[in-house]
Amino acid sequence: MKYIDEFRDGDIARKIGARLAEEVQPARQYSFMEFCGGHTHAISRYGIAEMLPPNVRMVHGPGCPVCVLPIGRIDLAIKLALEFGVIVCTYGDTMRVPASNSLSLVKAKARGGDIRMVYSAADALEIARQNPEREVVFFAIGFETTTPPTALAIRDAQRAQLKNFSVLCCHVLTPSAITHILESPEVRQYGTVPIDGFVGPAHVSIVIGSQPYEHFSDEYRKPVVIAGFEPLDVMQAVLMLVRQVNEGRAEVENEFSRVVSREGNLQAQALVSEIFELRTTFEWRGLGEVPYSALKIRPSYAQFDAECRFDLRYQPVADNKACECGAILRGVKKPTDCKIFGTVCTPENPVGSCMVSSEGACAAHYSYGRFRDIPVVVESI
Amino acid sequence: MCLAIPARLVELLPGEQAIVNLGGIRKTISIALIDSVEVGDYVIVHVGHAIGKIDPEEAARTLAMFGELAEAGSEPVSPPMKAAA
Ligand code: SF4
Repeated sequence: MKYIDEFRDGDIARKIGARLAEEVQPARQYSFMEFCGGHTHAISRYGIAEMLPPNVRMVHGPGCPVCVLPIGRIDLAIKLALEFGVIVCTYGDTMRVPASNSLSLVKAKARGGDIRMVYSAADALEIARQNPEREVVFFAIGFETTTPPTALAIRDAQRAQLKNFSVLCCHVLTPSAITHILESPEVRQYGTVPIDGFVGPAHVSIVIGSQPYEHFSDEYRKPVVIAGFEPLDVMQAVLMLVRQVNEGRAEVENEFSRVVSREGNLQAQALVSEIFELRTTFEWRGLGEVPYSALKIRPSYAQFDAECRFDLRYQPVADNKACECGAILRGVKKPTDCKIFGTVCTPENPVGSCMVSSEGACAAHYSYGRFRDIPVVVESI
Repeated sequence: MCLAIPARLVELLPGEQAIVNLGGIRKTISIALIDSVEVGDYVIVHVGHAIGKIDPEEAARTLAMFGELAEAGSEPVSPPMKAAA
């Protein structure tokens, strides 16, 4: 397909790999965090890790919305279905995330909850239109990429004066998560998780632009390269990061200029800020409470806010003790550091959230990387 | 979850909708989140909505950058090292 195949050319990938090998300084270690799950997926799927010089290490970040969704939020959606009898609509990946009492949305559905998988927020709205006698809640998760479609659904619900539609809003913000990682003790205490730069989000940046990342290069002196999700994009971004490190620069560069501008999609941004406002704090799985890192529905749209409408109270719930998802999401551990990786916890039967979506670090490694584990283990320090 | 794909707009429909061609599959999507698109444009589609337009010139420039780089890499200024296999 156009704009996909050209960015997957293996010969060019190998040439960029050779170039990288030539430009890295052998005495130096380079660690770059890929924030987005889309990059994590590409790195595993196309064997990018193998094409990088041994002293370039990619650290998985928390950029998978399914992975960072805390248990307590899924519990709220399950409660809506099982106790309030509403139709809960959500994206497919969300359905399998383990929640409290050995439940998940899929299992709650098996217990009689009316839980439906939708492809878009607009589909949830359509279900509300078709079921005027039922309450319909869209369980909305995702980063800045997925937020504008939710905003649009709320705007359309208001225009149509729908009385039975609301949204359980769990939309989170990328830049706040990056700040939180940079401020975390593990990263500040250089040596535990060295991060020399970030591969910046692709699709999130289409919406918010590259400008919000300038803060990281200015304030924290960390280079950021916004990159597309195809393998050549990722390879090229790593090369651009290596060059910045070698030259002592810390800038925001845009490898994904075919879709990302500095300003982003202003139309989408205006709609999002009309419907949503910042939450003072929001719990992320693995990162804990992160200030100003998520959105809630503005009071003027309160009738579409499921939290107000059903008087929901968020209850934090601790993760399964065996699960290392939290440490993985902060870039402190790798999937193989988890004792139950690939044995008790598999994509068919995930114990932690990172094993659910194909963009989760554990699922990506399970699907594409686990057969390479032995040499990788031998090579690593 | 965050995956989104490039698709070509093949038909504009009323109500800010459009039909895209996704590698041979036709699908109706919303174009309410982007302004001024035309048939023939490539857009990035995410959860049923076009969220951005692809700039063909920038795409060509990025590809050329890979190409140039590939050539530069084979110039024997310093003999290119083998990438770690
Ligand atoms: S293997 Fe499963 S339990 Fe362990 S960290 Fe990954 S997702 Fe969590």
